[in-house]
Amino acid sequence: MPHPPSLSEFVQRFERVEHHRPWPRVEVDASGWQTATDHLATGAWTLSGLWGDAQAVHVALLDAMSSSSIAVLTLPCPNGQFPSVAAQHPPAIRFERTVRDLFGIESQNSPDSRPWLDHGRWGLQHPLGEPTTCDVATPYPFLSAEGDSMHQIAVGPVHAGIIEPGHFRFNANGETIVRLEARLGYTHKGVETLMRGATIEQVAKLAGRVSGDSTVSYAIAFARAVEAALNVEIPPRAHWLRALMAELERLANHFGDIGAICNDAAFALMHAHCAVLRERVLRAADISFGHRLMRDCAIPGGVALDLDAPKVAVLRALLAEIGQRFPPLVELYDNTASLQDRTVSTGILKPELASQFGAGGYVGRASGRSFDARRSLVYPPYDQLRFEVPVLPEGDVNARVWIRIREVEQSLSLIDQILSKLPDGPFVMDVVGVPANAKEGIAIVEGFRGDILVWVRLKNDGTVARCHLRDPSWFQWPLLEAIIEGNIVADFPICNKSFNCSYSGHDL
Amino acid sequence: MRKLLFQSLIRVPLTERLPALDDAETADLAAKLDAAAQRRLGRSLAIRQVDAGSCNGCELEIHALNNAFYDLERVGVRIVASPRHADVLFVTGPVTKNMREALLRTYDATPAPKWVVAVGDCAIDGGMFAGSYAVAGGLATVLPVDMHIRGCPPNPRDLLRGLLYLMQRRQNLDSPVEAIRAG
Repeated sequence: MPHPPSLSEFVQRFERVEHHRPWPRVEVDASGWQTATDHLATGAWTLSGLWGDAQAVHVALLDAMSSSSIAVLTLPCPNGQFPSVAAQHPPAIRFERTVRDLFGIESQNSPDSRPWLDHGRWGLQHPLGEPTTCDVATPYPFLSAEGDSMHQIAVGPVHAGIIEPGHFRFNANGETIVRLEARLGYTHKGVETLMRGATIEQVAKLAGRVSGDSTVSYAIAFARAVEAALNVEIPPRAHWLRALMAELERLANHFGDIGAICNDAAFALMHAHCAVLRERVLRAADISFGHRLMRDCAIPGGVALDLDAPKVAVLRALLAEIGQRFPPLVELYDNTASLQDRTVSTGILKPELASQFGAGGYVGRASGRSFDARRSLVYPPYDQLRFEVPVLPEGDVNARVWIRIREVEQSLSLIDQILSKLPDGPFVMDVVGVPANAKEGIAIVEGFRGDILVWVRLKNDGTVARCHLRDPSWFQWPLLEAIIEGNIVADFPICNKSFNCSYSGHDL
Repeated sequence: MRKLLFQSLIRVPLTERLPALDDAETADLAAKLDAAAQRRLGRSLAIRQVDAGSCNGCELEIHALNNAFYDLERVGVRIVASPRHADVLFVTGPVTKNMREALLRTYDATPAPKWVVAVGDCAIDGGMFAGSYAVAGGLATVLPVDMHIRGCPPNPRDLLRGLLYLMQRRQNLDSPVEAIRAG
């Protein structure tokens, strides 16, 4: 096999679209699209997103060899069709189904022609393309499993806990799961349609409401995409305050997850203690930034409010408290055999699958994929901060717990460094009024769950022409189906919680 | 683990004690809620949470009600796994059209008398998602709503306050399904 070209060499063969920053976007023909598909299939490149536009599809690619290289390829589809990437590269399947649902653009030779987000209940079809009235909800054909003594278990969309809605269809043989298929889309709110034509300010708020647990990361990702499009450099202090919020968000979510995973193994003690730490983070965030989840605090141009000395003291006290309380909990996790019995060797994600799907976050890093946008696609202020990216090869529930534990430790160190080195100066700049005609920006930000991609095209009047947000869960949900095969039904909750994929972020 | 459990025994409890804690308002609410809940329902109130398309922010804060600081269960209010066990539905989100049927079925599965609480700004009128082709736009367009709890998301204290308000208003009503608007 010939040596694959680097992504940056490849894009030079095509004409670069003007005003797309910071990474290039090129318009390709069918053969260029096919070449890209081939390189995705061989694993030379990684799929980072695939989304629709007016008579076109875009695909974001990451060069697996040098994970700092990103490019967006655009294939015009005047006939409303494009050659399926998914036919050779399964991670694209659900994206292509979504492009069809939202835009009416079909992928040719798609391995799965079922609708995805469209449940036939919107009263229309193709809301982002040319909408047509449609009022028929047809039954959804789930994939089957054949064999003796097989039975189905249907779960959801309303689940037993306080969690988001989705449907899981299990085919089981006794206790053993033979096939799991998820059906999502229940929380689809039409976010990208609402964003079209809205002001940057409104879209920033919508972006912060895509996935509540990642509101900070989404807000930063959208802000960075807008700032890239406008080619403006925000004040350094704003970068640092954003990172501070992002690390607080990571802490809160990881505490919640570590406790909840243990709770799904009926080890309520960890859950109780981790919930206390989570609450302490949220209370400190409330005092420091005026909102427990820090919603609407990161805005295009910087951050919404500054941090003064008393608030720094609150955060310092938080670090001290966690520094004292967390290590005994780690020790408890490590020394409880009955708990380890449930997490070790349960729900193993093989490194090859994690790599093929480009799984981000703790899901990828617990299965040997070292990608972390803060390190691989370094953005300020992480270029000036010391931190490690923990990686484990095992891929089981236990490894996903340990990645979170190590990331908590790294976030504590990062917050400490940020508080010590926070630069002075303004914390926001005005981005309204910067000429915006047809300018496009893309940003990838590391949320607690993995890398969030936001792509935006602006209009001259300062409104948003098109915005796409890709949650890390897109590449994690399908893997949950893969890892559960051969596990027992009773282990599904703990496997699911160890992934903790977003429903709302995925359904948009 | 023994050390941790032992420390839990000898340390001051984290739970913000009803008469005296660092947040007086929460304590006051919890105490009132306790009395009201007991008068109305004996010793318990069961809540079934339904996410009708929220961003998950409201769920995070409803979760927090169960942590050691708020400890909802100490006043006999429990989050239950099935609508068949529930007295109250806590509904979040703008009610997406894809969730509408599941929400209605959950409501039908809840035995009367039952109360419906719209939790969060989205559930009140669709919030930022109002006007989308994909949302019904507010819980009241789908179900009779007994109360609203505002916030994006409402914090745990607001949720406690809302529960208390619901209990007090319910004392004065004859019909258990008649809708009242609050908040």
